[in-house]
Amino acid sequence: MATLEIHDLHVSVEAENGPREILKGVDLTIKQGETHAVMGPNGSGKSTLAYSLAGHPKYTVTGGTVTLDGEDVLEMSVDERARAGVFLAMQYPVEVPGVSVSNFLRTSATAIRGEAPKLRTWVKEVREAMDKLSMDPAFAERNVNEGFSGGEKKRHEILQLELLKPKIAILDETDSGLDVDALRIVSEGVNRVRETGEVGTLLITHYTRILRYIKPDFVHVFANGRIVESGGAELADQLENEGYDKYVKGGASA
Amino acid sequence: MAEAQNIPAGSTTAGSIAVAAESTVATRMSAPPSFDVADFPVPHGREEEWRFTPLARLRGLHDGTAVATGEGVRVEIEAPEGVTVETVGREDERLRKAGKPVDRVAAQAYSSFEKASVVTVAKEAVLTEPIRVAVHGQGGVAFGHQVIELGAFAEAVVVIDHTGDAVLAANVDFVLGDGAKLTVVSVQDWDKDAVHVAQHNALLGRDASFKSVVVTFGGDVVRLHPRVNYAGPGGSAELFGLYFTDAGQHQEHRLLVDHDTPHCTSNVAYKGALQGQDAHAVWIGDVLIQAAAEGTDTYELNRNLVLTDGARVDSVPNLEIETGEIAGAGHASATGRFDDEQLFYLMARGIPETEARRLVVRGFFAELVQQIGLPDVEERLIAKVEAELEASV
Repeated sequence: MATLEIHDLHVSVEAENGPREILKGVDLTIKQGETHAVMGPNGSGKSTLAYSLAGHPKYTVTGGTVTLDGEDVLEMSVDERARAGVFLAMQYPVEVPGVSVSNFLRTSATAIRGEAPKLRTWVKEVREAMDKLSMDPAFAERNVNEGFSGGEKKRHEILQLELLKPKIAILDETDSGLDVDALRIVSEGVNRVRETGEVGTLLITHYTRILRYIKPDFVHVFANGRIVESGGAELADQLENEGYDKYVKGGASA
Repeated sequence: MAEAQNIPAGSTTAGSIAVAAESTVATRMSAPPSFDVADFPVPHGREEEWRFTPLARLRGLHDGTAVATGEGVRVEIEAPEGVTVETVGREDERLRKAGKPVDRVAAQAYSSFEKASVVTVAKEAVLTEPIRVAVHGQGGVAFGHQVIELGAFAEAVVVIDHTGDAVLAANVDFVLGDGAKLTVVSVQDWDKDAVHVAQHNALLGRDASFKSVVVTFGGDVVRLHPRVNYAGPGGSAELFGLYFTDAGQHQEHRLLVDHDTPHCTSNVAYKGALQGQDAHAVWIGDVLIQAAAEGTDTYELNRNLVLTDGARVDSVPNLEIETGEIAGAGHASATGRFDDEQLFYLMARGIPETEARRLVVRGFFAELVQQIGLPDVEERLIAKVEAELEASV
């Protein structure tokens, strides 16, 4: 069973006056089949956690370990992490001009699966996955993220999640910028993947809204670069009612 | 009468649509076109037509100090049946049909060559095999002149391959009879020290179709000046270009389409990728629509993809219109970069770095390559682009 273990993770970014520490000792274990929601105020370091796990070059790991089934994730390049089974659905996916969605998906699936998917079954697989996300087939011929609306970008991210079938899915503010319909469609996509029981999900969000559609097994409150409280789904309800105030004020010195 | 000058100060992209009483393209040149090098002053580098070019790297082609050596280039022409290949002296009148040199180096080439080659396709001959011209640099200095002439309703494909090392200044003329169809592929696959400056003159007869595919990969400095003129109405010109500029290379393509005849069309599309420190690509796209050229339809496009830091693009589309009675006219220029965030995105989907770059560059060129219409050339280009990427990563 796939397990992602994050232990005492410290991460810095290069700032004007030298390196600034963003993550200050994160501990978190995600097992296949589990869904963990990480919630926290803006600037608490949630997205830094997501991008550090995926290996974004902007972030420097200064301490701690991350392992996937005992393998050292931090030693891996960005593409190696993805092939090992770590998937990051990005908050702001970038445009890649000149590369069509269909070409991109196939190249990616080929890299992740280790062999090119059979063309006939692949076309069908993509079409069905797009259909479930209410995506027009013409979408496949557009360039990656070029001119996509916010909702289209997020659907495209979840489409990749469904096709690439990672062991660990990190969803970075997938709910941001979505209207209710788009949020429902995207959440249903995430739930289809979760229902296979084969993915561990790390759901990073600022709002509790998405948790009405995607029920977490665990909720963690993130403040000032680390997890300050963990609990079950009921913790989300408490955050919904009380907000992050007590963590921001109290957490800063904790 | 309104007049617009187009001299951008920036380093990337600029353009203008000018409505001019007098062509700014013509007036901004240092001297009127001439076959005699003495009619052109030695450029100092601030002239409009030279300001992007590193004169110091032209190895004397621009100031008369470059002297032809015996072993300059070797030219081999392989032509199918129905084609006449001749080597002629300077006096041959066919060498002056297509157009005059417009700058000092082209005039130097014209003033300095000794023998020229003339390739003639008889009227109504439709070739099934391409004419292949191999220009292989032998490490010396050479001045060249080539003419390719198609009789009325003839159809031909010419592939000109430049390889090896040389300092070469040349004029290449294409003369198309009425209704003739010519596709010319000029590949600049030089070794890294080569210097190549050439003017291409195409003169299109009534209803003739001319397609030019310029592909520049190699060389230290390559500066090409493809020009199109129409001798009668109904002519159609398509000018496609693809360049891949590596560290330290200067690749300059200066196009001019002179619409002085009614009901002709032109379509220009050049795309380039750049990588490495001091890779420099220059694209100048001049289109003139003169008062007589009613019914003209023209479009020109330049796209650049900057793959790494340290590269520079100067892209200047320039359209001058003297008549409103046209079918269409437009231009577009854009320079984008392949940045770390794009690379991260693709790699985060399991795609290795080299593959990611290849994906982006291949996608960038694909649309253009498909328009060439010659499968073996298309395949070769794709392979060459991949090789460029392999070499760099």
